[in-house]
Amino acid sequence: MEFLSYLISGISLGSVYAIIALGYTMVYGIAKMLNFAHGDVIMVGGYVSFYATSALSSSLLGPDASMGAVAAGKIISILLAVLVCTVLGIIIERLAYKPLRSATSLAVLITAIGVSYFLQNAAQLLFGTAPKSFTPVVQNQLSLFGGQLNISYVSLLTVIACIIIMLALTAFTSKSKLGKAMRACSEDKGAAQLMGINVNRTISMTFAIGSALAAVAGVLLCSFSPTLMPTTGSMPGIKAFTAAVFGGIGSIPGAFLGGILLGIIESMAKAYISTQLANAIVFAVLIVVLLVRPAGLLGKYVPEKV
Amino acid sequence: MKKFRMIALALAAVMCVSLTACGGGDDDSKQTPDPTGTTPVAGEAFKLGGIGPLTGENAIYGTSAMNGAQIAVDEINAKGGVQLELNAQDDEADGEKGVNAYNNLKDWGMQALVGCVTTGSCIAVSTELNRDRIFGLTPSASSADVTAGKDNMFQVCFTDPNQGVTSADYMAEHMADKKIAIIYRNDDAYSQGVRDAFAAEASAKGLNIVYEGTFNKDTQTDFNVQLTGAQSQGADLVYLPIYYQPASVILSQAKQMNYAPTFFGIDGMDGILTLEGFDTALAEGVMLMTPFNAWGTDDLTKNFVTEYESRYGSTPNQFAADGYDAVYAIYNALMAAECTPDMSAADICEKLVAQFTAADFSVDGLTGTSMTWSANGEVAKAPVIVVIEGGAYVTQ
Repeated sequence: MEFLSYLISGISLGSVYAIIALGYTMVYGIAKMLNFAHGDVIMVGGYVSFYATSALSSSLLGPDASMGAVAAGKIISILLAVLVCTVLGIIIERLAYKPLRSATSLAVLITAIGVSYFLQNAAQLLFGTAPKSFTPVVQNQLSLFGGQLNISYVSLLTVIACIIIMLALTAFTSKSKLGKAMRACSEDKGAAQLMGINVNRTISMTFAIGSALAAVAGVLLCSFSPTLMPTTGSMPGIKAFTAAVFGGIGSIPGAFLGGILLGIIESMAKAYISTQLANAIVFAVLIVVLLVRPAGLLGKYVPEKV
Repeated sequence: MKKFRMIALALAAVMCVSLTACGGGDDDSKQTPDPTGTTPVAGEAFKLGGIGPLTGENAIYGTSAMNGAQIAVDEINAKGGVQLELNAQDDEADGEKGVNAYNNLKDWGMQALVGCVTTGSCIAVSTELNRDRIFGLTPSASSADVTAGKDNMFQVCFTDPNQGVTSADYMAEHMADKKIAIIYRNDDAYSQGVRDAFAAEASAKGLNIVYEGTFNKDTQTDFNVQLTGAQSQGADLVYLPIYYQPASVILSQAKQMNYAPTFFGIDGMDGILTLEGFDTALAEGVMLMTPFNAWGTDDLTKNFVTEYESRYGSTPNQFAADGYDAVYAIYNALMAAECTPDMSAADICEKLVAQFTAADFSVDGLTGTSMTWSANGEVAKAPVIVVIEGGAYVTQ
């Protein structure tokens, strides 16, 4: 039963990583850049949802609001977070990354790190450094086997949201017109442009989708570990990036698989080896996987054309 | 390239020094005016220095302690008789800035120090105090390193090891049959220090520790594994020698997984009720060892809380009470040792050290009754164990 508990907490932690990793992998796959500011967009999503929830519950709903009103408030706060993050993602892309479209990938990478620090410091100014306690979007838990196994509804919600997002993204990139344009840009930007695809707009749309995912990830991350600080996004961001590389960066199912596996490894390492070494073990596994499969678990190895 | 960097670094260092020097000068001129207007003429009052983080992320600790100290100073001055003057300087909880603040205060003519508020800064400043023979009493720096080897440095708060021992003793007395789990942060001297002392005392008292879980700076956002471990070992008392922020995550995640043991925290848990966005229902029934209960019903506490709330608009925390007690302890000792404001800081220091370690010297304050001090600077007082009920502390 203990093992099952650890496994479930690993899967739900992994699902959070997976949702963040999906954002990384989308942007990398299409724009061929590592958006290191992704983790900090997650943090912004968390703050927007936090303030929206507290504003709604204090002013509009009052202390004795019905269950339905509270649920509606939660949904509104999530939608607001998605909206703000999407706009933020588009603005970041327009101001910081678009002028560097033809620059070396290293320049873009450094810019992304700069944006990440900018967002963290802006958050410190705006929201203060004092940590805030986030109220999970759903409470309570499912008790199985006479209370021996408890699965929190947050865990269930995270896993379900992760699977839905993964399937929706897969369908979107393979079926829709914009999705096909994205795949075309990812294969060859020049050729895509010649075929009449607006590459700039497609990349902007990718950022918008990635940032919307970051908002959802932010709410779920803060529900899973209910504390909110300007640096909340950075460690999960790095872990999720690891997960994306682990699964094969650029691959949507790869990000999902990488995230879940990473969560399970972390949870098991904490439970059975050492809480201290858990992070080291996670990264050691990444190194081993990359030694054996340089493109990640589900990644395609594409030789560079010279 | 390297050479250039060296030059740049040197220049930057010079600029920093000159900037801080200017900053120090500014601070002197901007010294907070005494709100009651009773500031006496210099020379007739004892000059007390204060050092603590008044700005920066730890500002809450420093401002609280200095506000509390100021209230004590004003009360004493209002009595007439011997007057005190408090000059509070900012150190941003940084050792280097603490020493700068200390030097400012020395130039001002400080005769005894209420500070520093935070441990890191206090270790640096206490070394200076010891060398210059100026008496120091820290309201809240709890590490044993603050007083170690410095005969003129004393503490108002419990030391870290003392907290661990005291909580183990309390459990042995009141809840000996519980199965205990400990969750602590092992890359933090405070948490590790309390846990070590607790574990040693617990095994000496025959307490039953069934699980120990650790975390560090990078992993303080997820406690599912530690809580599952504690739950599966059947722990019904979880000891949390940690700060309130990770503790808030633990309380929330424990509720998510339907695990409801008794949580037992130490002074770092104080502040959880004021954490923004925290659902205080989660903390219902949490026990903690705190030096000060703002909801206490004795007259001393009630008067202090009323005064503090009317002046600063917030409920005082333990740091405010520590600052208040520090001033009264120094005042009582000055009176008992028959010091006068025209004595040198070194003479006052020798008299105060002798007074604080005297067998018959004890202070009744907000943070404990009949506080006495040992020669190594540690305080001895009875701990206050409170339970959180309905969003307030209830003393046990």
